[in-house]
Amino acid sequence: MTDFVLEAHDLLVEKGDKVLLDIAHLGVLRSEVLVVIGPNGAGKSTLLSVLGLLEKPTGGWLAFNGERLDSADLLPYRRRMAVVFQEPLLLDTTVRENVSLGLKLRHFPHDRIEEKVRLWLDKFNISHLAGRSGRTLSGGEAQRTSLARAMVLDPEVLFLDEPFSSLDQPTKESLLSDLKRILLDKRTTVVMVTQDREEARFFGDRVGVLLGGKLRQLDRTDVVFRSPASEDIAGFVGVENLIHGIVRSVEQGLLKIVVGDVVVEAVGSQGPGKKVLLTLRPEDIMLSKPGPSAGTSMRNHFRGIISEISDRGALWRITVDCGFPALAFITRQSGIEMGLSPGTDVVASFKATSVHVIESGG
Amino acid sequence: MDLIWQGMLEAFRLLIKGDREVIGIMLLSLEVSGAATLLSLLLGIPVGAFLALSNFSGRKLILGMVNTGMGMPPVVAGLLVSILLWRSGPLGFFRLLYTPSAMVIAQFSLAFPIVAGFTMAGIGQINPRLRMQIVALGASRWQMLLLLLREARLPLMAAVMAGFGAVISEVGASMMVGGNIKDQTRVLTTATVMETGKGNFSLAIALSIILLALVFAVNLTLTYIQQKRRPA
Repeated sequence: MTDFVLEAHDLLVEKGDKVLLDIAHLGVLRSEVLVVIGPNGAGKSTLLSVLGLLEKPTGGWLAFNGERLDSADLLPYRRRMAVVFQEPLLLDTTVRENVSLGLKLRHFPHDRIEEKVRLWLDKFNISHLAGRSGRTLSGGEAQRTSLARAMVLDPEVLFLDEPFSSLDQPTKESLLSDLKRILLDKRTTVVMVTQDREEARFFGDRVGVLLGGKLRQLDRTDVVFRSPASEDIAGFVGVENLIHGIVRSVEQGLLKIVVGDVVVEAVGSQGPGKKVLLTLRPEDIMLSKPGPSAGTSMRNHFRGIISEISDRGALWRITVDCGFPALAFITRQSGIEMGLSPGTDVVASFKATSVHVIESGG
Repeated sequence: MDLIWQGMLEAFRLLIKGDREVIGIMLLSLEVSGAATLLSLLLGIPVGAFLALSNFSGRKLILGMVNTGMGMPPVVAGLLVSILLWRSGPLGFFRLLYTPSAMVIAQFSLAFPIVAGFTMAGIGQINPRLRMQIVALGASRWQMLLLLLREARLPLMAAVMAGFGAVISEVGASMMVGGNIKDQTRVLTTATVMETGKGNFSLAIALSIILLALVFAVNLTLTYIQQKRRPA
């Protein structure tokens, strides 16, 4: 049996006649970081409140370490979890008092509290703020306090509700890396909701995509970003190359797909005549100068003209117009060696297996 | 000017020589108003907190009543309590009219809505998401209530000051239900009214100054406590 710390079954949350959340099953694995992404209003915060036992669902039930929860007395279970919200929500007292609060509520002995608080203030680099009022901190300091206040409790599950969204970029980056280090070190089970795809890629062992209150895809992070299950998920997770086409023929699992004036070969299970959407990661596209084929195993070769080069430091993002716009990454070094510039003739090549085929609704 | 000066000298003289009657009046004022304030805190804080945190039909009506009560004219409170405690009234059998207890009841009915109203406003202004955070930190119902009260401590202190200030300085209700009986129900305000009526301005001024000094001392202490708890 899979080792779920927390499971939700047949979860339904309604407000009035509106369904906010409708999830048949969601399991949180021990020691994983599960990131649930979705746009505003997708039900992310509601999901987090329900899993964190802060809001009663309209229907369905939860299990904690395999034990079905009885909604009558949730306090003992709530005390094995911790939640950090988007706003730091500190009490009007010192940083030290804020961080000790949860332990005090759990009636920890005084000396244990002092010791643990000191440790966690140190881990989040806020020891020097211990005596300061929670109300006088900067955004980053306050969110560090809020995270320390949660982590000091050694939660079996830590819930993070967009905890970085109100921070400026440099503050966010330093906190992200500190938190990642701490979470890896502690092997804490984390459920995080965010609308930031980069945070999801950075933190997530698994990613769930929540759209319109439904969990549309839940898989390993690389799988979700490489092979989104549908067009709207692809749109949300931000696939760089999204190409519309129609399946012309199928031969032993190899699809020939008409895209404008060209034919792309891909692996898939769709039948002829189907409208499909192709996704392709920029790093899977190889660029070369036109000439005798290098005899690679790649089945797709398209000659085109570079329409745009965007310099991203060590990497160049190159858009090639080859019947469809294809975005490829190439190292700066190779770009210079190949003498690439806008207007240059190139060949874009990729494997049939690099193309992910989604049935298109349209 | 001369009148005020004389009054102040008289006040000092009375206090320094420890005039038995004046001291007695002062102590009774403190006792009655202190007891009324204490009672109104004991009942007003829970009621105010409940009103701030609950949501039931008719809540708005009660909020309106509390808010009206905050501006209740003392004579109206005095009249209501008089009717209740009147010998033939519904609570007449307690035989409380014209006793300090009756004054405590009348003053309580003035201070209670003030304390409840301030508590309500104090807790109501706390970010509702902070309540969720406190629950998420593992607080029981009682722990959450205590934390919210601690969070609202500044408005609560203001409630104490406003409540005490209102009752120690009111005269209408104390006069009506207490009767300003010498050595029994005479307090600073009723005594001041009486002495002014008799033309004893210097004594009246002395009593007023004592009253002011008392209110000032109590408020100063509370303000000090209120500000001290504020972390830098």
